[in-house]
Amino acid sequence: MKQIKNLLKASFKSIMKNRMRSLLTSLGIIIGVSAVIVMVGIGAGSQKRIADEISSMGSNMIIVFPSFSQRGGVSRGAGSFNRFTMDDVKAIREEATQIKSVSAVVMASGQIIGNGNNWSCQIQGVDPEYLDIRGLELKSGEFFTEKDNRTCKKVVVLGQTVVENIFGDMDPIGQKIRIRNTPFTVIGVLREKGQDGRGQDQDDIAYAPSLTVLYRLKGDRFINSINASSTTLESIDKAQEEISVILRREHKIDYGEEDDFMVANQTEITEMASETSRIMTMLLGAVAAVSLIVGGIGIMNIMLVSVTERTREIGIRMSVGARSHDILTQFLLESVVLSLSGGIIGILLSVVIAIILNSWTSINTLIQPVIVIISFTFSGAVGIFFGFYPAVKASKLNPIEALRYE
Amino acid sequence: MKPVIEIKEIKKTYHVGEIQVHALRGVDLTVNSGEFIAIMGASGSGKSTLMNLIGCLDEPTSGRYYLDGIDVSSMPRDEYANIRNQKIGFVFQGFNLLPRTTALENVELPLFYDRTHRIKNHQQAARDALEIVGLGHRLTSVPNQLSGGQQQRVAIARALVNKPSIILADEPTGNLDSHTSVEVMSVFQELNDQGITIILVTHEEDISTYAKRIVEMRDGRIRKDHPVEQRLDAKTVLATLKEDADDEAN
Repeated sequence: MKQIKNLLKASFKSIMKNRMRSLLTSLGIIIGVSAVIVMVGIGAGSQKRIADEISSMGSNMIIVFPSFSQRGGVSRGAGSFNRFTMDDVKAIREEATQIKSVSAVVMASGQIIGNGNNWSCQIQGVDPEYLDIRGLELKSGEFFTEKDNRTCKKVVVLGQTVVENIFGDMDPIGQKIRIRNTPFTVIGVLREKGQDGRGQDQDDIAYAPSLTVLYRLKGDRFINSINASSTTLESIDKAQEEISVILRREHKIDYGEEDDFMVANQTEITEMASETSRIMTMLLGAVAAVSLIVGGIGIMNIMLVSVTERTREIGIRMSVGARSHDILTQFLLESVVLSLSGGIIGILLSVVIAIILNSWTSINTLIQPVIVIISFTFSGAVGIFFGFYPAVKASKLNPIEALRYE
Repeated sequence: MKPVIEIKEIKKTYHVGEIQVHALRGVDLTVNSGEFIAIMGASGSGKSTLMNLIGCLDEPTSGRYYLDGIDVSSMPRDEYANIRNQKIGFVFQGFNLLPRTTALENVELPLFYDRTHRIKNHQQAARDALEIVGLGHRLTSVPNQLSGGQQQRVAIARALVNKPSIILADEPTGNLDSHTSVEVMSVFQELNDQGITIILVTHEEDISTYAKRIVEMRDGRIRKDHPVEQRLDAKTVLATLKEDADDEAN
């Protein structure tokens, strides 16, 4: 134990004797370690952002959308045959036990005209429960009610982007706008949600009662999708199962036939989005890890030079009683100390970089403690691996020849 | 008296490619405790090889070598390292001190590799050894701040610190001027007076006369082995040298 402590002291001393060289040698490891930590941190940061944004839509949300349909062996692509109707929504609402809220979603788009301006955006027809399913919040005014929906009332709730483009700083509540020449009254404004995981502006939208959109704007009876939320997070699988059973019955799908719809929950959607980001993170990390190995080669190079340069010292040490194993330990410790101190400096550097990135740019860096530990351990392993050959070389020297070395 | 070194019929042959070089062709040598031996000979006479064998830096091709009564003719490398550490102190021609390392740390070095831990306070032992060679005031000096003679005295202190059975000095005065050489020889004589066995390799006639016994080598064999007739006392020589210098100054 004491021997190790003394050897450590000796390695520190010899590293400090060549300060500049030691620093340059460690630089490879410093850059490698901080690159790994920062790269993975950036990946993790964007992954978290995607997850946060998706979960902000509502955590136990279930989305049902029509799947591709086949008629006579001809695939027509997803959503090509839209078979959801208000009856499907009604059946789910009345029969499902694990479902808390359910809402039809009717998509329409069109020009909104008001206050002398016009703006083109998504107009979604939804049920009042939609507010709860998506976790939407009102900034001012109110959301439409079940009665508004039943009576096809021409009311609309606007997203922040739409408000800014039509009304500017003016209070829009109570104002009249026209959507496809149909007059609507603005009754509410939603709180900003920002961009979603795919970079889409979630505030560039207008919500109107589903039946209003269906009959007054589209003149249609099919709805685009159904959104629902389960009673609890745990019951989400059961809720999906219930929806499937109800819809198969409603659509009169025989046993053995395929569903003509798809039911997906929030977790599945989140997983899809974060998978891409995870692959990116791994790629970035792998590239950074390569630089760690390059750093290791730098250490090996310097250690080899050091062994040659210190041949005489090795001879002296052997002549006063150092065994080859003592010499091996000394040189191995030196390279490990070099690489580990590079690792520590690298970690500190990565923290500084992360702080700078987080506060000065829009890049969100999330330092992962696991990665810090892994890259630190890895830098130590690099030191052992690349220090081993030079150390063995030193320990195998013949003391007589080493003493004579000029 | 039990001999410190007993060498019987030792031979050493080097293989340089296809050629065999017979460095030692059969050497017998017995060294008793408290002796001061000068091994002399021209280069190629085998004196350095003998020195390396005595110092356990190398093993003989054949023959027996007993150090302190223990047969050390053939041993694993690590055992040799332990023997060097415990029983032998080396002094080299080129001093061989660790550069950029203080005198004290240089002297402590053998204790660092002492696995028996018989000396507890390393620093005190090193300080004492430096005191003996008269460098108690230069503990924190690094080699390039010291003169040649001082560096060699640090090396002698390093050889002393582990309380070895013998001190082996290989051309210790080879890099020193004549005055400093005498100074170093006076340190050796003092140590010998305290009972330490010293073996000195030199090719300088006058240096050998500070020893008590001269072993002359030629072509891998001992040719002559005789006591020194007119032994020089380094202290007296130093005093006369000082008088001469004073006379010249006047």
